[in-house]
Amino acid sequence: MAELGHDATSHAPPREMPEMELPHGHSFWTTYVFSQDAKTIAIQYSVTAISVGLLAMVLSILIRLQLGFPNTFSLIDPSAYLQYVTMHGMIMVVYLLTALFLGGFGNYFIPLMIGARDMAFPYLNMLSFWFYFVSVLVLIASFFVPGGPTGAGWTLYPPQLISEGTPGIHGGVILMMVSLGIFIVGFTMGGLNYIVTILQYRTRGMTLMRLPLTIWGIFLATMLALLAFPALLVAALMVLLDHLAGTSFFMPAMFSMGEQLPHEGGSPLLFQHLFWFFGHPEVYIVALPAFGVVSDILATHARRNIFGYRMMVWALVAIGGLSFVVWAHHMYVSGMNPYFGFLFATTTLIIAVPTAIKVYNWVLTLWHGNIRLTVPMLFAIGFIFTFINGGMSGLFLGNVALDVPLADTYFVVGHFHMVMAVAPVMTIYAAIYHWYPKITGRMLHEGMGKIHFWVTFIGAYSIFYPMHYLGLMGVPRRYFAWGETAPFIGDDVVMLNAVISIAAIAVAAAQLLFIYNLIRSRKHGEEAGPNPWQATTLEWQTEHTPPTHGNFGKELPVVYRWAYDYSVPGTKYDYIPQNVPPEEVEMAEPAAGAAKT
Amino acid sequence: MAESASQETPPPGLTGVISDWSSDQTTFKGAGWGKPMMWLFILSDIFIFGMFLLGYMVARLSTPDPWPDPAEVFALTMFGVQIPLLLIAIMTFILISSSGTMALAVKYGYERNRKVCGRLILATAALGAIFLGMQAFEWWILISDGVRPWGNPWGAAQFGATFFLITGFHGTHVTIGVILLLYMYRKVMRGDLEEGRPGAITGRKGRWEMVEIAGLYWHFVDLVWVFIFAFFYLW
Repeated sequence: MAELGHDATSHAPPREMPEMELPHGHSFWTTYVFSQDAKTIAIQYSVTAISVGLLAMVLSILIRLQLGFPNTFSLIDPSAYLQYVTMHGMIMVVYLLTALFLGGFGNYFIPLMIGARDMAFPYLNMLSFWFYFVSVLVLIASFFVPGGPTGAGWTLYPPQLISEGTPGIHGGVILMMVSLGIFIVGFTMGGLNYIVTILQYRTRGMTLMRLPLTIWGIFLATMLALLAFPALLVAALMVLLDHLAGTSFFMPAMFSMGEQLPHEGGSPLLFQHLFWFFGHPEVYIVALPAFGVVSDILATHARRNIFGYRMMVWALVAIGGLSFVVWAHHMYVSGMNPYFGFLFATTTLIIAVPTAIKVYNWVLTLWHGNIRLTVPMLFAIGFIFTFINGGMSGLFLGNVALDVPLADTYFVVGHFHMVMAVAPVMTIYAAIYHWYPKITGRMLHEGMGKIHFWVTFIGAYSIFYPMHYLGLMGVPRRYFAWGETAPFIGDDVVMLNAVISIAAIAVAAAQLLFIYNLIRSRKHGEEAGPNPWQATTLEWQTEHTPPTHGNFGKELPVVYRWAYDYSVPGTKYDYIPQNVPPEEVEMAEPAAGAAKT
Repeated sequence: MAESASQETPPPGLTGVISDWSSDQTTFKGAGWGKPMMWLFILSDIFIFGMFLLGYMVARLSTPDPWPDPAEVFALTMFGVQIPLLLIAIMTFILISSSGTMALAVKYGYERNRKVCGRLILATAALGAIFLGMQAFEWWILISDGVRPWGNPWGAAQFGATFFLITGFHGTHVTIGVILLLYMYRKVMRGDLEEGRPGAITGRKGRWEMVEIAGLYWHFVDLVWVFIFAFFYLW
């Protein structure tokens, strides 16, 4: 028994950084509201993000009601429809997924998983949440200004964005831009904290190559966000100036509603470049934490080490790097130089290589594993399915020749919902089912969880799979109704739209069941104990469950091994926590009469 | 900043970088948390200014109207002679000089020379404020010449738009820097950094490292100015 697990050492170097200053709360306000404890901030982030996500879900149902049963609901007029589409997209991508993965999961798990007491700069962290909260309020406020929120689509392309005729050009656009600006400032504060904490506050023995993949995912996604959000901030500022100060950054000379606009000489293509320089990394800001979380959940519930840990890390790095050189594949039909299309198609398809490495490694992690089909595991496996499907249709859209006929059809909607809506949301559910016991001390109800999973998984496929078909039929996205083209739309399209809408309503109902489960289990869930999944990472080894301010007891844990010592041959239990030194690993009793090999 | 553990001398060159990145606990040995955080912020801010300048280049190249000649637009008439770029040369000189006083402030800070450090910080803030005043003067000249964000007498409307946006954004950075430096001056002179007195807002204990962190920001703002200068005044 020479090696007990992978990368295990019994040596622990001396401490390098002094103890953190922990600003404890002294009153209700400083303990629960303006808390500087990363875990409280994480919960504030998560609750806000999920609430605003539910709002976006309601909007998506309204969209589906119109598409599935046109001319039935007088509430939804064309302007309102466009506004729902826009707000649904923006809320889901930025205010739910980004905020929940980085602000929510990042804040909770970074200090716990790397063995730190808190974030490097808790005050800035607290401020980060409150900026986010204000940005959400500003966004919601746009529903209540005259003209309502902007209806230009979540990509916000000018000149349409600020031209007469698009809904919400008076208050809505301004509030959207201001809200994004506040979000970015707030996110930057949080993001600086996440990176610096991971780089400078790891516990003794925790090398970068012993980090759980969740932390790697969050780390790289935050890095991407810090470099990609500036483009959006700049674009938002310029749009505001075009709209309010009469500048012409993005506005060419044009006629609108029979009048010549006061703008001239601006470049609408510049906005698209800026937007997608943010927009494409944004996809990976959402996807990389999901990759990390799924890796950890698969390893834990399959009782097997993650296959090819180093490959997984370098694949994440490669995907993160490549994500900055593919943005113009969103603009094949925008009128770029055709050679650009060739270049960006090439870089886009190269991303398939590191992504395929990750998918193979997930599947190989399950291979010969002792798979426990718990609810988080079901969601994690569901992620692999939806991600592969979404990735495959990405290969179609990444090719210029195939993208040109498919652009702006439901094929695109099906693709990006599969790959960056359903897949990350599956991961979010997997993560919540997995870590809820640590956060609250109680398990979520398993029966309800399984119903939630199956309805969501099958429902998501019923919603987004047919959309690929609709797209191949040429059905354009973002249309309120067919208008004069209605005679050319087949009955199958009409029927499919109705089916999709019914599936969407079923999925939404399942999410309400999940919310009920969250609230109910808070008080009535089964007691979880400190480590219900028998996991190896540090957050499961805390003295208290839920962890108190400062996370660990008097002494910070010392790490002796990587995060994936599951089913190590010859040991008594099928997992060895990261903070167990090789000398203290309990060995299995040799079976009576077993021959020594 | 005193680190609790004694540091072994790191191996030189690339080997040292690799050993730092593959070590446990801290990646930037002995750097604390504040300096890496400021560097990271600067990296993010570089992307903001980079996007601004790229946007400016695109705007300048894609507008059909002629671009105003900077040698004429930014000329200053003194004693009946038109001297191109005079004001901006002085402004640039002042801002670069303030980087010098800031670097000296950091040096005296680490030598625990409270008074000299404080005075140099104050000098840096004063030079920054003079820069801002001159920038306001330049804006005033341009505005009275008829330059507006939506147009100007000489050509492409994007000239005014990009100029006011980008120099305004940079000026905001300088303003924040001046406020930060004045605050730092007070902290240094009161002895907060020696005593480790908690800050009024964040509650973090004072450390001499803070002077260097403020300095990093200030040098960055100066460096950005060099690029803005090159792109707006020399192109």
